[in-house]
Amino acid sequence: MTAPSLPDPAATRTPDTPGAPGREPGARLRHELRAVHALVYRDLLRLSAQRTHTALMLLQPVLYLFILGSGLADLIPRSSLGTGYQAYLFPGMLMMTVQTPAIMVGIRLITDRQSGYLRELLMAPVHRATLLLGSCAGGTIVSTIQGVVLLGLAGAVGLPYDPLLLALLLGGIALTSFTITALALALAVGLNRPEVFHMLLGVVMTPLLFLSGGFFPIENLPGWAHALAAANPLAYGVDLLRRCIALRVPDQATTAGIEWSAGQPPILLESALLLVVGVTALLWASHRFSRPE
Amino acid sequence: MQSHAGDDAPARATLQTTALTDRNAVPRPAEQVYAISTRGLVKGYAGPDGTTTHAVRGLDLDVLQGETFAFLGPNGAGKSTTLALLCALARPTAGQATVAGADVLGRPDQVRKRVGMLFQHSALDPDLTAEQNLHIHARLYGLRRRHARLRATETLELVGLADRRRSPVRTLSGGMRRRLELARGLLHSPRVLFLDEPTTGLDPHARAQVWEHLRTLRDQYGSTIFVTTHYLEEAENCDRLAIIDHGRLVAQGTPLGLKAAIGDDRVALRTGDDTAALQIVRRTAPADLAVTLDAEGVSLRVPDGSAWIPRLCAALESHGIAVHAASATPPTLDDVFFHHTGRSIHTPRQQAPVSPAAATGATP
Repeated sequence: MTAPSLPDPAATRTPDTPGAPGREPGARLRHELRAVHALVYRDLLRLSAQRTHTALMLLQPVLYLFILGSGLADLIPRSSLGTGYQAYLFPGMLMMTVQTPAIMVGIRLITDRQSGYLRELLMAPVHRATLLLGSCAGGTIVSTIQGVVLLGLAGAVGLPYDPLLLALLLGGIALTSFTITALALALAVGLNRPEVFHMLLGVVMTPLLFLSGGFFPIENLPGWAHALAAANPLAYGVDLLRRCIALRVPDQATTAGIEWSAGQPPILLESALLLVVGVTALLWASHRFSRPE
Repeated sequence: MQSHAGDDAPARATLQTTALTDRNAVPRPAEQVYAISTRGLVKGYAGPDGTTTHAVRGLDLDVLQGETFAFLGPNGAGKSTTLALLCALARPTAGQATVAGADVLGRPDQVRKRVGMLFQHSALDPDLTAEQNLHIHARLYGLRRRHARLRATETLELVGLADRRRSPVRTLSGGMRRRLELARGLLHSPRVLFLDEPTTGLDPHARAQVWEHLRTLRDQYGSTIFVTTHYLEEAENCDRLAIIDHGRLVAQGTPLGLKAAIGDDRVALRTGDDTAALQIVRRTAPADLAVTLDAEGVSLRVPDGSAWIPRLCAALESHGIAVHAASATPPTLDDVFFHHTGRSIHTPRQQAPVSPAAATGATP
């Protein structure tokens, strides 16, 4: 039955031999990295295949920025914000841009589970944690790319195209994307039905956005809302972006966002917090995802 | 392919038949002729009220290298669960299984690396093209970029989809998708290919195409193919088959052997006067055989049925009864199934229609 002389024994060839002496750890890691790359590649392909969808997702923050922003600009005095309302709104809209695709990663985990695609992924000879890491990396990159598109509008709200400022904002966007993606995955990993995820988001997202300091300063809110905002990852993301701007463009500095009892946390501590929250969420999600059936 | 065997693929060019010296293989030469070997395989799921439902109860299976093996059983018999166990996607509750030389409990990653799988409700990314779907999958299996592209092209050609490589999957027909999934299952050159009801929901033409590809794999590349089905005619075309019912193996063997084991052909006669013919046939045939009369005519079960037809016809003619038609039908696999389980394979399907939602779950 076998045909050893065939030029391409499509189904009989041994795949990469695992037992080759001395190369197991390196080969193993390389295979895991290829799997991560495969999932990132899938997200990028989907992004480029769904241009209309992407454009529509970007439309909402742009509308907010220019319609809500210019509409309210005259009503809100500069003195209460430290800057014009559009410029004030900008970090919040960056956050909104980034948050949508990041959350989509969670929804896709559930729909992939429903459609059976996830099972195909689970068949791959890699750790399950690797698959989750790949999804997270893909979501982070796609969100960051969309954030960068909105970042291109910085000039329209009066921010200079300063390379260092853009680099800082890019870093902030990437970090925030990562944290939200990881949180979305942690939320989605235990759910089987997308409706439940949508419902949870519907209940949770609007308060999170309102308490992020993206639309209006948190300091004007009552004390309990302060406490909630201090536990809101989006608020840290917005605050981080706001302070990146303040670092490079001091005259655009706005009123403080996050304030702890000891005062404003240092910008590096804020970044570290976002990172730790993201990593913790990802580890927890991986742990749950890796449970054998 | 030697030219593509790069830094991390030292033995890619080795043929399956010679690659069994693999370090991770179970070091028992006697077992290595089997592509799949299970002993006492059990899978139970915890029920809602503390009870345990057993989907698979003590399975002993042996599948040889290079054979096409059918796993025949009605819906809910435990076929899909067995596949999930064999490709190390689920952990058995008890028992052991060795697939492609690796233990499903000890080295599930090795098992998954060496087997290909087509799920019953398989899924492709509908927004991506055929080629993109394959490329992503090849990378997931750790193929290097260039090798992944090459394998995608090769497998697309193998299943006759080379001209549709740039079509988004959502534009492909059901049969094409199934073939694309077949290509995907072959990307990493598995030693054993599992297919869970590969032709369910396909039209006869697409079904024949899928089987044509499977036969090519077996005949040209010596692939071991393990296919679950509830179509008797598909099981008929396999080298060997096992019949599973209620999580237990009820019979295992070649289609011919299984049918020969229950033996007798069914001889049916349509005559001018069936009632009179019944008496004559009873006298002519061996005395211990049951001869029945129904709307179809006179029938009896007898070994080597076709040899009896001339004798029965001669006896009938000599009594002046005209024979309109005579046939000798060898036993079918449904007869085999009936023999072992006491019912037809198609009976339980009508009793419990499977809803699409229930069918997607892993638990039967």
